[in-house]
Amino acid sequence: MIAVETYASADQAATALHGDAVFLGGGTLIMRAVNYGDLKTERIVRSTDPAMKSISTSGERISIGAAATMSDVMLNPQLAFLAPVARSIGGPAVRNMATVGGNLFASHPYGDFAVALLALDGRVSVAGSGEEDLGAFLARRSSFSGVVTEVSIARPATGDFRYRKVSRIKPKGVSVMSLAAWLPRSGGRLSGARVAFGAMGNTPVRANGVERALEGANLDVSGIAEALRAVRTDLQPPDDPIASSWYRSEVAPVHLRRLLLDEEVS
Amino acid sequence: MAKVPVRFTLNGRETALFVDGGANLLDVLRRGAGDLSPKYGCGQGTCGTCTVLVDGEAHLSCLTLAEIIEGRSVSTVSGLSNGPDLHALQTCFMENFAAQCGYCTSGMLMAAKALLDTNPNPTRDEVIEAISGNLCRCTGYEPIIDAILLAAERGQGNRSPSYGSAR
Amino acid sequence: MSSVEFRKDLFADERPENLNEIGLPKQRQDALGHVTGRSPYYDDNLYDGLLHMRMVRSSEYHARIRSISLNGADMMPGVVRVIQAADVPHNINTLLSLIGFGRDDEALLQDKKVSYRGEAILAIIAETELQARKACQAVRVDYEALPHVLDVEEALKPQAPVVNEEYPNNTFDYYDRYDHQKLRFGDPHAAMARADHIVEGEYQMSPIEQAPMETCGAIAVPETNDRILCHTCSQALFFSLGTTAKLLDTPSSRLHFKGGTVGGGFGGKVDSLNEPMAVLGAKLTGRPVKFTWDREEEMQVGAPRGAERWRIRDGVMNDGRIIAREFTGFFDSGAYTRLSSYAVVKGTAHLPGPYTIPNVASNVYCVFTNRTPATAMRGFGITGVDFAIECHMDKVAETVRMNPIELRLLNAYRDGDMKPHRRVAKNTAYIECCQVAAGKADWAIAPEYSAMSSLRDGGGERASIPLTMIDEEGRIGERKRGANIDTAPSKITKDSGRAPSVIPILEATQAMGEQAAGRPQVGKATSPAPQPSAPPAPAPAMAPSQTPSPTSAVPAAPQRSAFARLQASEPAAPSQSRPVEPQPSTPTPPSESEQPYRPSEPFSRGVKRPGASPFISGRRR
Repeated sequence: MIAVETYASADQAATALHGDAVFLGGGTLIMRAVNYGDLKTERIVRSTDPAMKSISTSGERISIGAAATMSDVMLNPQLAFLAPVARSIGGPAVRNMATVGGNLFASHPYGDFAVALLALDGRVSVAGSGEEDLGAFLARRSSFSGVVTEVSIARPATGDFRYRKVSRIKPKGVSVMSLAAWLPRSGGRLSGARVAFGAMGNTPVRANGVERALEGANLDVSGIAEALRAVRTDLQPPDDPIASSWYRSEVAPVHLRRLLLDEEVS
Repeated sequence: MAKVPVRFTLNGRETALFVDGGANLLDVLRRGAGDLSPKYGCGQGTCGTCTVLVDGEAHLSCLTLAEIIEGRSVSTVSGLSNGPDLHALQTCFMENFAAQCGYCTSGMLMAAKALLDTNPNPTRDEVIEAISGNLCRCTGYEPIIDAILLAAERGQGNRSPSYGSAR
Repeated sequence: MSSVEFRKDLFADERPENLNEIGLPKQRQDALGHVTGRSPYYDDNLYDGLLHMRMVRSSEYHARIRSISLNGADMMPGVVRVIQAADVPHNINTLLSLIGFGRDDEALLQDKKVSYRGEAILAIIAETELQARKACQAVRVDYEALPHVLDVEEALKPQAPVVNEEYPNNTFDYYDRYDHQKLRFGDPHAAMARADHIVEGEYQMSPIEQAPMETCGAIAVPETNDRILCHTCSQALFFSLGTTAKLLDTPSSRLHFKGGTVGGGFGGKVDSLNEPMAVLGAKLTGRPVKFTWDREEEMQVGAPRGAERWRIRDGVMNDGRIIAREFTGFFDSGAYTRLSSYAVVKGTAHLPGPYTIPNVASNVYCVFTNRTPATAMRGFGITGVDFAIECHMDKVAETVRMNPIELRLLNAYRDGDMKPHRRVAKNTAYIECCQVAAGKADWAIAPEYSAMSSLRDGGGERASIPLTMIDEEGRIGERKRGANIDTAPSKITKDSGRAPSVIPILEATQAMGEQAAGRPQVGKATSPAPQPSAPPAPAPAMAPSQTPSPTSAVPAAPQRSAFARLQASEPAAPSQSRPVEPQPSTPTPPSESEQPYRPSEPFSRGVKRPGASPFISGRRR
């Protein structure tokens, strides 16, 4: 029999999260496991901490509470650049439930929002602990036990952030891949570009070779040519019913080109 | 067995139930409250047949932990009509053949209601987006989209004339 | 009111104008229930104390079960009952046994061998669904993995693993004789030899899950009059009832099946796997039991439209006329027969599509593989081959550089034409369909094509059954014994110097219907009376005057079918490719090595199978 414990603060919830207990965010991942008998524990911990829903800007960075839903993101004017990302997640009902924090734990091929956060230099705050790099956090997420309270991201200059989700079903479906890029420029040339992929590994991942190839490059056909070559070897995408590893590798340069050059796709 | 008390408003009526720990809202509505209008389709958030409104927002009842409904307001298709007087969405679904087997219809109606409640004059693309989390295997969606647009045109707040009492 | 367009200009004189219902949009009678959420689906029946059943399923594609350990599952919280294979009273069935087609080949619960991933091994009934799930997770099954085969043509090879012990050649047995369903009409090879072009193509369709929004399920409830009430979403209520009665060896009068609104079926709710288990659960526990699939089971275990592979070979003239067409088709039945055997027969009757082609041959195989068993789905047997045919028509159009719609119109069947399965086409509308489609798509077609009509220029010469080559290639078990025989239709032609036969092959579906009706197979050769509902037989087609070939002097028996003749001439001739002698004769018994394959078990003929419930058919009541 499953017991649900509700705490007023994230810290209390984190303290209660011992043993094999799991933390419930919006429920779209945990309740699926409950319904299918896949939950390995009988203790669910949740928090009603209002701080976990806040969205605030501080200098060049924006903090998004882990309990903010995709709908909250879409409605917040500070996060207008992330609205298309949030809108690509599920239908309206899922977006009213699914949280930013929960998306960090969505297994392949899900977790498209985390891809955007990764490209935007995301840093994860964990209750009772400090901030850590989102890339490092994703790499250790399967063994993580704790409460993510917020994710902070860089606030990109207008036009510097790009996102695409590629799926076989219209208007939307599961990702063949999702791509996000933060493309800061200095004197017209790329400087410190960050490119992340979803559904191209076990977790959302950065394409390091692509980022290196873009350093100092112009954002045009010849400037990105090396990056398009690099993406083939940068990632080891998995096979799944949506697409084969081979297919994902073959089409990755096409989608990366469209993303970087902001090409229209009919 | 650990039963947990939950009080909430269901279609405007105060409701109190003891639920199993970890029970989902869909099960509680159907077997606890006896409201059979939301349907089970997948239990994993992919089909939308269990869509209900929680405080006016579309939620998937199969993925909603029943205990978090405490003190909140839930709306289902059972509360959509006013006795024999159907909601505009309901009459438009009937007239447009937007329901064939009928199993997705409850979820479609609630997803559409969530849209029209906040956006009374949606574009076709907005309607498509609003039901993008709801699957239908019979109709091919076009009659459903047309029905929602027609309901918006007629003014979704208006109750339309009776089609006779519902059984 | 709806987007349906009524084209009253087409076939206008065939429809009276004064009808009050037909041709007019009507409100669905269940629409009000649907939009108010009150239509009664099976799961809308609430019972106090309802128990929940979950299944332990095979994790292997093909494996022998060494042992099953409950591992304490039966003692876990909430568990009320474990049901194993030995608890199923008559644990062997095939769906179409209710109409006497095919042999029992599938157990409701497996305890010896599993032949596809997800096959049911045992069931656990508990107070809650979660408790039943947890108990199922505790059960340990020790498997001895066997080699598996997942491709239809691999499965036909002699060394392929045997998927289904009842059909050790991995093919369904047609008419006790062949490993495939034959269709022979005219002499395709002679026609191909004089064709300007040979156009070949291979087409492959993957399995398609019906994916109804409501997953398959049933709730069974003991009544107070020694009956079990079963609420089900079955698409085939009495089929489910008969299947349940047979598997549980119980009179159907003790079963009270109640349908409701079906939450989408599309063919996926025919197989009746949930109803017998729910009823058995209710019998064994004395309480209401629900057995419903979750979405993952619906996708993994729910029988899909099977995969199909088709090879088409056309002989085409420069002007676009298709003068010969040959099919080789493979239906992937998965591990058991279910309905694929019938899909093959139905698909064969559809060949060569909505076209009149004077020479047609096909070999179609119902093949067993270690995949999820396939079943019905919207036009099954037809849809897949139609996809192949229409792709191929485009290929033909490209080859002869013709407008693809004009090519279709040129070759379209018309009222009065003879179909290769020996039925005269009537109420055809393909020409009009192409014309309207061309109009809707702004696809220009020449005036002479726009002027064509399904009602004109059919019949006559096109109504005759041509001189037909028949053969005995592909006897049951030949391939397994290593015989090197092509899967494609025989290459025998009258030009090869062999004497052709003019004996038509009985329409396969009719043969099946007669099997279903329990007619004696052997006596059929002398009982040519048509079914009352059958269209008028094209009797004159077999008259010598209409088969003006040198061989027309062969006294062929009108309306006598080759199938029936073959039945009459048992035991069978040696399995060699050669024309059949036109007259029934006393054949020389084949030598030991040439003995055709014979099943070790007698055929099950529905109600007549020894040991089967005598109450599985409505005919007996």
